[in-house]
Parts: sequence; structure tokens; C-alpha cells
Amino acid sequence: MGVNTEYKNHIKALLENNTTFSRSADKPVIFVGAGTCGLACGAASSEEAIKSALESNGIDAEIIDVGCVGYCEVEPIVDVKLPGKPRVTFFQVDNSQAKQIVETYIKNGSLEGLNVLAQYKDETAEPIEGVEEINQITFFKKQMKIVLENCGVINPTSLEEYISRGGFKSFARLLKEYTPERVIDDVLKSGLRGRGGGGFPTGKKWQFAAVQKNPHKYVICNADEGDPGAFMDRSVLEGDPYRVIEGMMTAGFAIGADAGYVYIRAEYPLAIAHLEEAMDKLEQAGLLGDNILDTDFSFKLKIKKGAGAFVCGEETALIASIEGKRGMPRYRPPYPAVSGLWGYPTIINNVETYANIPSIFRMGAENFAKIGTAGSKGTKVFALSGNIKNNGLVEVPMGITLREIIFDIAGGIAKEKKYKAVQIGGPSGGCIPEQHLDISIDYESLKQVGAMMGSGGLVVMDEDACMVDVARYFMDFIQKESCGKCIPCREGTKRLLEILTRITTSAKFMSEMERLERFGGIVYMNRLAQSIKDTALCGLGQTAANPVLSTLKYFKDEYEEHIYNNRCPAGLCSGMTDYKIIAEKCRGCGLCKIKCPNNAIVGERKHVHYIIADRCIGCGACHVACKFDAVEQVKEGVASEN
Amino acid sequence: MKLKETPQNIEEILGNYPQKLRSDLIPILQDVQELQGYISQDAIKQISGYLDLPTSKIFGVATFYNQFRLNPPGRHLVQVCRGTACHVKGSAKLLESLERELGIKAAQTTKDRRYTIEVVACMGACSIAPVICVDGNYHGRLDVKDLPAILEQYE
Repeated sequence: MGVNTEYKNHIKALLENNTTFSRSADKPVIFVGAGTCGLACGAASSEEAIKSALESNGIDAEIIDVGCVGYCEVEPIVDVKLPGKPRVTFFQVDNSQAKQIVETYIKNGSLEGLNVLAQYKDETAEPIEGVEEINQITFFKKQMKIVLENCGVINPTSLEEYISRGGFKSFARLLKEYTPERVIDDVLKSGLRGRGGGGFPTGKKWQFAAVQKNPHKYVICNADEGDPGAFMDRSVLEGDPYRVIEGMMTAGFAIGADAGYVYIRAEYPLAIAHLEEAMDKLEQAGLLGDNILDTDFSFKLKIKKGAGAFVCGEETALIASIEGKRGMPRYRPPYPAVSGLWGYPTIINNVETYANIPSIFRMGAENFAKIGTAGSKGTKVFALSGNIKNNGLVEVPMGITLREIIFDIAGGIAKEKKYKAVQIGGPSGGCIPEQHLDISIDYESLKQVGAMMGSGGLVVMDEDACMVDVARYFMDFIQKESCGKCIPCREGTKRLLEILTRITTSAKFMSEMERLERFGGIVYMNRLAQSIKDTALCGLGQTAANPVLSTLKYFKDEYEEHIYNNRCPAGLCSGMTDYKIIAEKCRGCGLCKIKCPNNAIVGERKHVHYIIADRCIGCGACHVACKFDAVEQVKEGVASEN
Repeated sequence: MKLKETPQNIEEILGNYPQKLRSDLIPILQDVQELQGYISQDAIKQISGYLDLPTSKIFGVATFYNQFRLNPPGRHLVQVCRGTACHVKGSAKLLESLERELGIKAAQTTKDRRYTIEVVACMGACSIAPVICVDGNYHGRLDVKDLPAILEQYE
């Protein structure tokens, strides 16, 4: 698709502040939070409900799909901006609530009985009394939005709106006034470090690539967000794709690259669609392609869809995957900055890293460097999930404590249970117990407690979680995702998984020999984990043992409980859970008896049934089958002879 | 938005990649899977001839990445999310009970070709964990007891 002259002039005028972007001020505007998370909660049907209610009431309104504002817990979220009123956010908008919003608020201007969350600050309108400002509600109060400032607020695919919020203006200026060296200098000064996990200084990486004398260079954006429990990149790309592209173009200008790739998970169809639309508009506006903004700088962008391999988050593996090969890492050096995609100098940064770049130039490198701690500058986006009250996406300044994130922003542990651990950094990270909750969030402090920043998934676990099971879960994941190139990772993670599986399996049906092996496992586990760490080829392998090492360090008692007492304190490990039938509730229907795979249930029809503990394998089939909730899990104290 | 015509057969897919580059292999495989629902042996042979690559290399790539299926799926694809957040909220039990309910293991298809179970690493819908996704429809905040009713909806 080529340049569209009319559109190009229109965008140029916007960039030069000759005209401004504004929405129609005389009709209501409705913003529907339609990120993947919102859609999963039913945003699409709420939108339909709004449309039909508008139609039946004869109201003319503009409906805009926006990305996710981050407060996933109360989705679907819908904002309404009435003429002369500030923008109001509604939460948990199901179909009936959607209809009410139209009839009560849009038609009659009343907020009575509606799920009102907050209102936006608006210079042109009087604030509504009795409604909190959005930055003041608990979930947003301690946040600092730089990367996510537009997410959930603007129409993600409207270039005009992005520019009206300051987008591309600083880029247009640096393209004309800055030298590439000065751009890199500013990025260095800002202190920005890679947000994908490693934390390598971004400016340094660019410098390495910039000094290479090569006519072709590449800029790659790593959007292969494979960490289970992380959805930052998805939200940024869905909610503000132009920001990431602007960051990539700045990088391209700085190192002298003429082409870029966005390597994105195929599981993110909405993010891909928004990116494609954004790229299309940029091409039409002459902001992508040859001679951008009538300068010598040319930059082309392509999307590569990942095919689902966790290891492709590693930069050399990602390059192999773009080249059409199996995504296997290779030994470094040479680093990709020297010899990357098809042998050309290549820089690879994470989505969030690129998304920070426009803000550095907008606010100035010095101001950016004022945010955060001495070694870690700026903000970090975290995906909060697990057993907490407020799930969602948050952006906090570096240096904030984990306690503040979990107990202030996320509202603490759900169902008033006790905190046990937080898993940070995905499969490469570690679990942090209560005593370390007051450490500040920065690259170094997290490493000291055996975790790492990772890409930013925070999964909080309450007292009901089994830490051995969590370690086993991650090992299972890593073992499946190991590419198989180097032996420590391929074989080591498999053995670790075997050991962990033995520990989490009941010894009830084991032979003497197997029981010995079960004990033996724990003796080797630490050593094996350490040697994987020391000898694996790539970052994935080197950090593969972290979940095991960190849980062993902080939750040794749970391992001992599993091994010596043959008991899972949390009642989670399959095979170590026991079930019993509550006599008062049992109607004697016999359904559990039919479903039991091990003939462990006895009982006559219409009489109370019983589970024979020695035969029960703890699968829980009876629990699922029972229609009267008569089968329940025994949580405490059923230790069989070991 | 760009309107691309969906290719009707493998020849058309291959025709979209006139440069015949090695780097086109993964996009071609993705397109084939979109068309057929899986990657058939015949398709691999055809791609092999077109890109001038040995079938073994293509098989190697197709088996390396989780996205590619080498067997035809059933009428309904049941994807169980096994992300960390879902795990913490009990997706292991969910999967176990789903496997028992349907009498198949993950990555298998029931004999009547009604369901295929697939395990995915993370769907990014962590806030409504645990999640399963049937034919693209998300079902969140699930309990094992909800499963039979959900499966019933898909004939």
C-alpha cells in the first residue's frame, strides 16, 4: 500500500500543530474496553447490548473499541463521555448494566444505581460530585503510567489520536535535528534497561550495532511473550501499537537500520490486527517506508508470527525462527548486534523497551532518569494474577516494594487468606516469601533474593498453594519447552522433573526400591539444579532451575513434609489428596462408584457409600461426579504409613 | 484494515510466496494449518517440492513448534490454559477431569471426532483464571463441576 497524499498532508498538519484532532463534541462517545481480556469477560456482548439500547432509544452516539485499561478484575469496562461532562468509567458492564447505562446515564444524565468506578480529569468540564477521580482510586493511586498512558484511553488504531497525545512529534523533531549518536546518547543518559528480563542497558546495545559498518541492519521487536502468567506485551500492542512502532523507528534511525520485524505470538490475533492496521496507516501517511517525513531515513516493517515456542524469546533462537528454522539458540558471541538476522547487525528489544523510547524523548532523558532507583530507571509493567483481589495490569515506578504492589494496588489476598509467596519472572524467576516482601523492585535486589525481573509476570499464591507443586509445574513447562540442543538443559530438566514428580506422588503404591529413589532425589536435586545453571547454553537453560532453587531455599519444610510424611500440606498434589464421603449428604446413588477408576468405593444402592483409603489414588473423580457435594477433600492429617 | 482473500487450496497459499525463501516456511505452514486445520503429509510433500527443502527439514520445523498439528482435530477444539495463574487456581485438576470425562489424553481426539483437547501455555486471560477456550469462546473462572455443562453446548 503506497502513500496517500491527502492523508499524508493531513497527518503532517497534525504533526506540525497546524490542526488539532478532536472528537465530535455534541454527541455521546462510548469507549468499550475490548482487549482480549475484556472480550473474554464478555465485552462484545455488552457492546451489542449498548448498540441495541441506543437504537431503541433513538440516541446517536459514537462507539469506540479501546484497549485494556489494566483493571481486568472488574471487566468488562465501559467509559462514557457525554457532551460537557467528564469521561465516566463503569465497571462490570454486563448486558443488563449496559442497557441501564444507556437509559439512565446517557438518556437522563443520572448515575443512580449504576456501577460507577471513577471519572477522568477534564479541563473542559466540571467534575461530577461524589465520583472519585480515576487516578485516586486504590488500584491506580500508586501507579505511574508511562508505557500504558494511552492503553484503554485512546482508540488504538487512530493515528490522529496518538499524535494528539504527543506521538511522533518528538520523533519528527529528532529525525530532522538529531544525529544518530545523539539519540543513542540520550537513551544511554535515560538509563533505560531491557525490559524483557535480562536488563541489559538499551543504549549500549544500540551503540554496539551502530558502530558496525554494514549497509543493512535490522531492528527486531520481541513480542513472543511466552511466559505463562504474563500479558504486558499483548496489552501494549492491543492498546497502543503506534508507541511500539515509534520506538522501533527511533532505534532504526539510531543504528542506521532500514528494516524491522515484529516477532509476535500467533496466539495474539487482536494485537496482530491492530499492528497491521497501524502499519498500514503509517505507510499511507508516509511515516513508514521510503524517505520518511521527506528525509533520507527509510524504514520498512514486517510482522512475523511466532509458532509457539517459549525458547524463541531468546534472541538467537528468535532470529533462527524468523529465518524459517527450528528456534534453537546458538552460542554468543558473536552477539546479534554484530551478526544477527542473516548475518547482518541486528538489535532485539522487548515490546516494553521500545514503548519506553518515545517517552524518553518526549519528557527528556534527564527527567526519565529521575524516575526509579540508582541502577534501574523508569517504570515497570507487571501482570498481576493469582490469588489476589485485583487482577490486572499495573505500571509502577522502579523502587516500589512488592508489599505495596500486592497489598495496596492489588488489594491483598483474595478470600482473606494468608499470603504465601509471589512468583516473579516466569519460569526463569523465583518465588519470594513473606520475609522479603519489603525489597525494592529493581534488577539487582530481585537477583539477590534468587528471583529476577523477567518480563513482569507476578503470580501471587496464598496459603493453599503447594510450593513443591509450583516447582514441578515450572519444571514441567521448561522440560517441554527445552529445545534439546544442549545436554544440561535437555537431560537435566527431565531428571529434575522426574525427581519432583516422585516427590509429589504418594508412596502408597510404591515398592521399597521406588521409595528409596524418592528419598535419593532430594539429595541430588540441589546439585543437579546448580550444574544446569552453570553449564546450559542459553539464558533459558541457565535460569531453568531457578524455581526449584528458590522454593528449596525458602520452603524446605514443604519438601520435607512431602518426602518424609508423604503428605501435601495444601492438599494439591494428586495422589496425596484423600477424599471422604460425608455420610449425611450421601444419597447412595452410586455415581461415584461407577466413576471410580480404581474400585475404591463400596456401598449398596440407596445406602451411604464409603471410600477405601488404601485403594484410593486421589484422582478426585468421585468429587466431580457427586451431584450432592457429598465427597470432600481431606486436607489435614491423613498420612499413610511410609 | 487490509482485506486479504483467504486462499482456497495449497497451490494458492504457495502462490502467495513467490520468492520461495526458507524464511517463508513457517508462514506457509501457518497458512496451511489455517486452511486444513492441521498439516497433512501431502501438504508437507507439496511444500517440500515448492521450497526445494527436504521433507525431513519441514517435519523438523513442524514438530518443533507447538502451534502445528499433524493430525486432523475433532469438530470442537477444547484448549485448556496451563499458565501459571490458571495452575494456581486449579487448572491441573480441570485438565485431569476433562481427560477423564472424555476418555482421552491431551492432544488427542475422541473417537466420535467431537472433541480434541489441546493444552496451551498461556492465553493471557489470567485475570479470569482458570480458563478453557472452546472453538475460540472463552470460559473463565471455572470449577471442575462446570465442565460437563460447557461440553454439552458443543454438539
